[in-house]
Amino acid sequence: MLIARVIGEMVSTHKHPSHLGRKALLVQPLDLDGTNRGDPVIAFDAVDAGVGDQVLLVTEGFSAMTSVQRPESPIDMAVVGVIDRIDLHALAQTPAAHRK
Amino acid sequence: MFLGRVVGTVVATVKDAALKGQRLLIVQPLTADLKETGKRIVVLDAVGVGAAELIYWCRGKESSFPFLPEEVPTDNTIVGIVDELHLC
Repeated sequence: MLIARVIGEMVSTHKHPSHLGRKALLVQPLDLDGTNRGDPVIAFDAVDAGVGDQVLLVTEGFSAMTSVQRPESPIDMAVVGVIDRIDLHALAQTPAAHRK
Repeated sequence: MFLGRVVGTVVATVKDAALKGQRLLIVQPLTADLKETGKRIVVLDAVGVGAAELIYWCRGKESSFPFLPEEVPTDNTIVGIVDELHLC
């Protein structure tokens, strides 16, 4: 799973039938420091997320399909949670320090 | 899924039998503000897109699902035409 921010919505009328009735979001994956991690992607919305929300993004077929209840359909990404808060422990820094 | 634009086609006579009749297209990946990003790739088409169309495509095993029950060996397939993007 990745942390990401919803930056927009996509409108499409001509698409695979399994995509009908599902909101498509433009989502920017983020690193833990909040900077962009690659280019934005398109994900279906399983949790009614909105623009500006920080969200949990799955980037693999099975989890994406099941979360939006579209089994055996061409869906590889979905928003599966809205993030309230991220707590990073100081311990997370130590392995890198040891490697020096 | 990823944003892209159709920039070409590929013709291949000798190919896996399950690819027979499938359209092979070349897609340029795009950012949300429609700037080119990354390298162009070859994809299949599950919706009937035209030249230069703004599309979105799906990656991985699930990109073969539009063709079920036939098992088509593809790893990237166009699954929709983009009408509008609403960015904030």
